[in-house]
Amino acid sequence: MLEVEDVDVYYGQLPAVRDVSLAVPDSGILAVIGANGAGKSTLLKAIAGQLPIRKGRILFGGRDISRLPAHQRARLGIALVPEGRRLFKSLTVEENLLTALSTKRKGPWSLDAVYERFPLVAERRGRRAGDLSGGEQQATSIARALVTNPELLLLDEVSLGLAPAIIAQIYASVPLIREQGTSILLVEQDVQQATKASPDVHCLLQGRTSLAGRDLDLADITRAYFGG
Amino acid sequence: MDYVNAVVQGILQGGLYALFAAGLSYMFGVMRIVNLAHGALAILAAYGALVLVRSGFASPLLALLVVVPVIAALGYVLQRFVLQRTLSDSPLPSLLVTFGMAIIISNVLLLTMTANTQQLKLGGLGTASLELGSLRIGVLPLAILIVAVVALGTLSLVMAKTQFGRLVRAVSDDAPTVGLVGASPKHIYAIAAAIAFGLVAIAGVAFGVSRGFDPTSGDLLLIYAFEAVIIGGLGSLWGTFLGAIILGVVQTVAATFDTTLFDLAGHVVFLAFLIFLPNGIIRR
Repeated sequence: MLEVEDVDVYYGQLPAVRDVSLAVPDSGILAVIGANGAGKSTLLKAIAGQLPIRKGRILFGGRDISRLPAHQRARLGIALVPEGRRLFKSLTVEENLLTALSTKRKGPWSLDAVYERFPLVAERRGRRAGDLSGGEQQATSIARALVTNPELLLLDEVSLGLAPAIIAQIYASVPLIREQGTSILLVEQDVQQATKASPDVHCLLQGRTSLAGRDLDLADITRAYFGG
Repeated sequence: MDYVNAVVQGILQGGLYALFAAGLSYMFGVMRIVNLAHGALAILAAYGALVLVRSGFASPLLALLVVVPVIAALGYVLQRFVLQRTLSDSPLPSLLVTFGMAIIISNVLLLTMTANTQQLKLGGLGTASLELGSLRIGVLPLAILIVAVVALGTLSLVMAKTQFGRLVRAVSDDAPTVGLVGASPKHIYAIAAAIAFGLVAIAGVAFGVSRGFDPTSGDLLLIYAFEAVIIGGLGSLWGTFLGAIILGVVQTVAATFDTTLFDLAGHVVFLAFLIFLPNGIIRR
């Protein structure tokens, strides 16, 4: 599905991701964890096409997509739920979802299907996105990504700044999304949340891979997370 | 009765200003570009129609069918390959580039078309008028006002109801994120520019059939369009329409006292708005 090979990504003049390689299998899930500034969001942005890579390449379904602009990657089936939700604030919730039809991709996630899965979003469909609470915004952002009917869903710190009950609700949708055949690459600061959602974990430390593997020991993860 | 007549004539005058200001307002609303070449582009369109009429087109209205798509295509290309590069947090790069474009356009026109005043001839329609009691309403200004209302109404509807409209609003909220939903922000900006340029082409031809123009007429048009946009409220289409009507009415009413007051009164009202209601009538 997704293969990232030996990638360097710069944020302005600063190297944010160095020599990172990872893979997400078909219908699989991978959690990328790391502290603040470890390069997790930068990596997701590079995969979605919002930042250029300086070295290496990104393959999607075997095809090199390293030079494609973001909108073409979205049309191929990569959807990013960006850090900070990034809803279109002056548009209503429903209009936000409708913009995602621009990918023209067919699949199980129609507007109705998304509303059924996220009642919170359905209730607020006529509201301006800028007027929503944090949890409602996050759910809408995920819903918008789903309406593109992605093959690969990139989730960037979807738990950030939300109440535990809301986080649980949002993570409850992860298995349901995978049931539809969508692969997931998620980024988390919260190690427990990440390991609960995904057996495969990839740990970044200051932009480099510090540990990667399946069903890792928490002590090892902690060392890889903080360094030392 | 003089005043009633002046107000009616002012509203009609405002229709032409609205057509002008709409493109300026739209470009600012979508990509935050203040297009200083707006007036020059209008005059370019008027000359385009003039050249077509001279080379055998039966009427300037027929020439619109060529001029509008050509200027709109120019808008797409300029936005995609020139103005797109000027988009930044600072308004200065786009101001400088569009200012440069204005100078280039008016000087090229000066070189190729001379400084002589020209007018597009509409035949009988240009001077026809309707009598309503003691009022005389010119058919041409009335038609221009109707065109302005229809154009703005259509554009508002497109913005509110269509996928393209949603994407345009999305792109002015958060352009990078529009890429994530599968649409190219650069393409949407460029189409928005094409719409703005198409509107100014209509306005330019409407101006050219209403009165005489020369290569530098664009400067004053730009100022009127600016004033209408500021009075109405930046980025709001119907606000701009209202601003244009107010500007037209103020100018013609003032001119009934003394014809030299025409421009001055408009500028004074514009300044008053800038001081007391800087966000304009309709805030966004």
